[in-house]
Amino acid sequence: MSEAKVLEIKDLHKSFKSGFLGKKIKILKGISLEVKQGEIFGYLGPNGAGKTSTLKCILGLIFPDKGRINIFGFDHLSTKAKQKIGFLPENPYFYDYLTASEFLNFYNQLFQKQKTENIDDLLKLVGIEKSGNTQLRKFSKGMLQRLALAQTLLNDPELVLLDEPLGGLDPIGRKEIRDIILKLKQKGKTVFLSSHILQDIEMICDRVAVLVNGEVINQGRLEDLVSQEILFTEMTVSQINPRELEKFGKTLTQYGNRSLIKIYDPDKVQEILQIIDEKKGKVHSLVPRTQTLEDIFVGMVKQK
Amino acid sequence: MKIRAVAFNTFKEAIRDRVLYLLLFFAAASLIFSRILALLTVGDKTKIIMDAGLASISLFGVLMAILMGTGLVYKEIDKKTVYTLLSKPINRLQFLLGKFFGLMTTLFIMLGVMSLIFIIILLLHSGQITWKFFVSIAFIYLELGLITSVALLFSCFSTPILSSIFSLSFYLIGHLSWGIETLIKKMKPGVTKFLTQVVYTLLPDLENFNFKTEVVHNLPIPPKIFLFSFFYGIIYTFFILVLSMLVFRRRDFI
Repeated sequence: MSEAKVLEIKDLHKSFKSGFLGKKIKILKGISLEVKQGEIFGYLGPNGAGKTSTLKCILGLIFPDKGRINIFGFDHLSTKAKQKIGFLPENPYFYDYLTASEFLNFYNQLFQKQKTENIDDLLKLVGIEKSGNTQLRKFSKGMLQRLALAQTLLNDPELVLLDEPLGGLDPIGRKEIRDIILKLKQKGKTVFLSSHILQDIEMICDRVAVLVNGEVINQGRLEDLVSQEILFTEMTVSQINPRELEKFGKTLTQYGNRSLIKIYDPDKVQEILQIIDEKKGKVHSLVPRTQTLEDIFVGMVKQK
Repeated sequence: MKIRAVAFNTFKEAIRDRVLYLLLFFAAASLIFSRILALLTVGDKTKIIMDAGLASISLFGVLMAILMGTGLVYKEIDKKTVYTLLSKPINRLQFLLGKFFGLMTTLFIMLGVMSLIFIIILLLHSGQITWKFFVSIAFIYLELGLITSVALLFSCFSTPILSSIFSLSFYLIGHLSWGIETLIKKMKPGVTKFLTQVVYTLLPDLENFNFKTEVVHNLPIPPKIFLFSFFYGIIYTFFILVLSMLVFRRRDFI
């Protein structure tokens, strides 16, 4: 994987004036991060942390008070930078009087290298090829989200900026969009994914930055952030008295003849399995629990 | 190319808007009414049709420009369509100009349709039409350009209702400000006269675009006035568009 910087944000500050007296509210407090070529970068944070504001700064929809943003080495507001990016907003709103094809044709005309033949392929890729001539006011939320993804990919962008791309989609839709994002990575594209849904980030991102109250409080490779150490092991057993195992852990629940036991010391698991075997007991499941992004995230937010 | 794309989309939005057809319907009704009005009036019936007809075309043209122009930018921000549009390689000036020319194209067609209805009514009545009629329509179009730019300016920072009130006020002040000119002529030289002169210079004078009297009474149009009105319209519209750009250039879309 090449290490070229695709997106570089340095010391980004943004504040808004609020109320009658124009009190300043700081939204972004000195954000710095780098996104490298070919990676899926997760931008993680709770609601109101400043994720969308960062994206709006990148796209020139709001202007930072201080700081610098470069895309492929160009200033983020330059046409050269914008030719190379695709953006998917959180709640896509489009011109409801246009049909899907008319809409994509309109946006296509805003690029230097236009790919008209692309439009049918894109509609097919996002699974709305039969709705090309339907007015957008008749589209469901899921269909609009798919169309939004199609407009994002219109110019075959090198950098794809996605703001909560899986919000409002059913499980099948989520999987399809996830697959498209992974396909983009396979094609060497760079993806900047902003989300508060940890599972999405954990499943597909290479690196993440955690944003809380307008500050990046941690960033790095997912495997560096999330420890692989086993925290505890959950075991479901039957045909054995759970009291015999209580010295190793804690019985969480009992249903029928089955018991769910939580074992804190991973070294004892082998010993327990031997005891169960000797007592002619039965093991139904054995799940070692490692640290998750959620554990890290909740810890960081609480600390902050 | 990019301005044209935005303009074409704005044009599509306008012609798919029912409000436009409602206004066109009332404009047509008003034009037909000018023929009925002529029947009830003593005097030159052609002049009555001309006078009432041109006034209707002007009024409904202005209503179209204001009602559609005040939503031009506001709707894009309110519906958040501007988020994806401005993330494409298009700058804010191109976006604003596209919006302006899109509505101007719509108004050109609407003015054409209203003029056609009027010409038919006039030809059925008197069988003749002078070239001055077309001059009058051209200057109505120039006035609509200025009104559209004003509506666009207010649309950059205000809601459609407020923008409509502001734009309508601009239109009314513009047609009444000639009274200040008369006042200046009667004032004695001094500070008050100077200040009144400044106010008059700053306020628009939309009567510059009013050639209805010349058309109705078949009076000559001096080339000097004709040229002055033309450049007044172009320069004023350009000035308002520059002002819109200054307002819109650094606006945050929160």
